[in-house]
Amino acid sequence: MTEILKEGLILIGALFMLLAALGLVRLPDLLTRMHATTKAATLGATLIMLAVAIHFAQVAVVARAFGVILFIMMTAPVAAHVIGRAGYFVGSRLWEGTLKDELRPNYDPLTHELKSGLETESNARREPGESDAS
Amino acid sequence: MSPLILLSLVLMALALCLTFVRLFRGPSLPDRVVALELFSSILVGIIGVVAIATDVASLLDVAIVMALMAFMAAIGFARFLERGGPRDD
Repeated sequence: MTEILKEGLILIGALFMLLAALGLVRLPDLLTRMHATTKAATLGATLIMLAVAIHFAQVAVVARAFGVILFIMMTAPVAAHVIGRAGYFVGSRLWEGTLKDELRPNYDPLTHELKSGLETESNARREPGESDAS
Repeated sequence: MSPLILLSLVLMALALCLTFVRLFRGPSLPDRVVALELFSSILVGIIGVVAIATDVASLLDVAIVMALMAFMAAIGFARFLERGGPRDD
């Protein structure tokens, strides 16, 4: 029973990793590639680590396997966010089929200033006062 | 080593090859950094499967270190890009 479960988990994890690599090769621009790799590779590594925990079934090994899972689940979104942000700043080109880029009209890449589009004239000219957080 | 484990190792090796294609072709540096990230994730998986196949539990420590290094490398590359690395290559 555990044998079947273990091998099934390993096989599904490997398939998810293959899917991630396929998406990385096939998809058209940086953000869609990250969308493919971040989630699928995290899921694949998680499934394989679950299989490791089932195979060894000792407290020390299970704790380490879950440590790996927790670490991957915590760091993968952070790394993807940081790389995507850097890629956008560097000016990597979006896919030509992209329908909407909400950041482009409101963001100035030279000064790194972001506008909400709701500023009023008087607010824009106002000097910072005592009560404003610096 | 059971055939299913062998098959999943082959699948993951194929995934490594595909990732290497993107690492080689990638039009810009962020694409290559994403490929490196995926590289290390797949390596964590391969190390896990090898740990199962050889019954060596201490290989898991290698997987932990691998994941840690990949995260550090991603953060470092992103900082480098934002601080004005090569804009286009």
